[in-house]
Amino acid sequence: MADLKIRDLHASIDGAEILKGLDLELSKGQVHAIMGPNGSGKSTLAHVLMGHPAYEVTGGSVEFEGNDLLEMEADERSRAGVFLAFQYPSAIPGVTVANFLRTAVNAHRRGDDGSANPISVREFRAQLQEAMEGLKIERAMTSRYLNDGFSGGEKKRMEMLQMAMLTPRLAILDETDSGLDIDALRIVADGVNRQRSADLGVLVITHYSRLLRYIKPDVVHVLVDGRIVRTGGPEVADELERDGYARYGVEEEATV
Amino acid sequence: MAETKLTPQEQAATDIGAYRYGFHDDLEPVFRTRKGLDEDVVREISAHKNEPEWMTEFRLKSYRHFVKRELPRWGADLSVIDFDNIYYYLKPVEQQAKSWDDLPDGMRETWDRLGIPEAEKKRLLAGVGAQYESEVVYHNLEKELKERGVLFLDMDSGLREHEDIVRRYFGTIIPYNDNKFAALNSAVWSGGSFIYVPPGVKVDLPLQAYFRINAENMGQFERTLIIVDRDAYVHYVEGCTAPIYSTDSLHSAVVEIHVAEGGRCRYTTIQNWSTNVYNLVTKRAVAERNATMEWVDGNLGSQITMKYPAVLLKGEGAHGEVLSIAFAGRGQHQDAGGKITHMAPNTTSVITSKSISKDGGRSSYRGLLQVNDGAVDSRSKVVCDALILDADSRTDTYPYIDIKENAVDIGHEATVSKIGEEQLFYLMSRGLSEEEASAMVVSGFIEPITKELPLEYAVELNRLIQLQMEGSVG
Repeated sequence: MADLKIRDLHASIDGAEILKGLDLELSKGQVHAIMGPNGSGKSTLAHVLMGHPAYEVTGGSVEFEGNDLLEMEADERSRAGVFLAFQYPSAIPGVTVANFLRTAVNAHRRGDDGSANPISVREFRAQLQEAMEGLKIERAMTSRYLNDGFSGGEKKRMEMLQMAMLTPRLAILDETDSGLDIDALRIVADGVNRQRSADLGVLVITHYSRLLRYIKPDVVHVLVDGRIVRTGGPEVADELERDGYARYGVEEEATV
Repeated sequence: MAETKLTPQEQAATDIGAYRYGFHDDLEPVFRTRKGLDEDVVREISAHKNEPEWMTEFRLKSYRHFVKRELPRWGADLSVIDFDNIYYYLKPVEQQAKSWDDLPDGMRETWDRLGIPEAEKKRLLAGVGAQYESEVVYHNLEKELKERGVLFLDMDSGLREHEDIVRRYFGTIIPYNDNKFAALNSAVWSGGSFIYVPPGVKVDLPLQAYFRINAENMGQFERTLIIVDRDAYVHYVEGCTAPIYSTDSLHSAVVEIHVAEGGRCRYTTIQNWSTNVYNLVTKRAVAERNATMEWVDGNLGSQITMKYPAVLLKGEGAHGEVLSIAFAGRGQHQDAGGKITHMAPNTTSVITSKSISKDGGRSSYRGLLQVNDGAVDSRSKVVCDALILDADSRTDTYPYIDIKENAVDIGHEATVSKIGEEQLFYLMSRGLSEEEASAMVVSGFIEPITKELPLEYAVELNRLIQLQMEGSVG
């Protein structure tokens, strides 16, 4: 049984339908890649799965571990084990990384009845230190304001740090068009590879096959015009790198 | 969240519930003047206090000016104030207490609920004054500071015991005819703080005054005078709350500060009046050569606030700072800011204003930056940022700049931002509820101010903001 089940998903933004009946299944322990040309709906899928309020789901269903994700707000999805690594994370001036992370960790530790169960300062520090060492993040980073003035690489590291602290069971990586910075790709790949386990499903959304050299996918899906048009093994990514999206009626390269 | 959307009535109830200080005591005052104001009431206040003749005359002169002075035609609409429906003087107890236990039970409980005796006990403060209605009912200053010559008294005691100092400064920085509300305060003032810090004395812990309005239709008119002598330092902190009534109360204070050569004064306000209080306050400081004056002014409560703490940079090398934060919620209009006048060469100033408007609240930054002829090589920076939480709320900026000298360096920046859907989504995608996410963006926005506060006040301010944010998102 798959843990993530997307059935006939339709979604639109500002009245324009972007996802037009998307089906996908993913089990924990697996890494799936979704590749597609520009405008095919990759970023929309990432935002819809996380519950962005600007997107309207007009049909279909999304289940994760038996829960109906579409019924939940973004924060509830997060607490249900879903994580989205943003392509362009927002800056929150005046809020330190440490303060933010502690608040997020505590939000995840809250009971279903809303009862607080805050992490001890000591335990939090220990967890944070371990995660930062693994990601080669300098200690001084925790007292900076979240993503405020961060370089592209620092933002990626921060996303991976959050993922490490929140230990999701479904991680969605929105790398739709960040194919330009090889260091950023490496950071994301290292972060994901460190956390790969039987208890984590990963959905990598990308335009370029290059990221998949660093994160080896088990399954590759091709997304064109709001639907999955092909599903196969890692060889699909190689094919796209060689031939582009031409065979799907799109004149676009899948490589850099 | 969508399924818990509140009706406007429920929302209003939630908002009121969020104000924790809306309770009141049922205490009979030992003395009060009748409702309304005329020369007899002014004379009665002065006589009741056994004041010297010059003060009675000062009050009467001020009253006459108040009567003929028009209401300001800018800022908030003040025409709604019914000056005849206010008690101008209300004495709650016969005598100032030396111990909290000597206060009437109900009143003692109120102070406990406000946490004042506890803060004093924890030795977070070097001195405490507590004003209830028109009089300071409790006052204390650390013995060691008394021995070093620091004076920290209520203003009435200051006048009785140090008439020479009071007469020299009183009404000189803010003259009785400065504006209508300064004139009103000069006519009926009662309570407030009198502080003198001798040369070279640094008061490490803050001195705190707390102002509580309890009665309905009350007017509170405290008067504060702070004199920081050469190379001395003091940090004065004031807080204030009031019960929620359906009718309006008036708070109109005057604060005058003189900082002598090389001295430094920091004055911090956390204003949290209930939303039936008109808060119309005049605050001004003079900074002599190389002196520093800093206003940290937090306005969260009140129905209308008009307050622009001012610094006159009179001596060469003087430095003035205003850090202003305003939070305007439902039915509130915060018209706040700062005024700096550069009167001497090499003077420097910074005004930082942060305002937050939500639920139809309105906040305005109103500031004056003036550089006089001859104030060469002066530098000033004004930064005002406004954050609007919803489409019903409003913010305005009125920066007045008057420069009469060429050789100066002046900077002004203003930004208005809306709380971003992307920011909220980002934080919520990490498990924070919508309220937590908004509160986090807001607390980050005001962080430049909270980091200037002593820790316990920073915590309190953040807590108040969180309360204000509760139920604010649909």
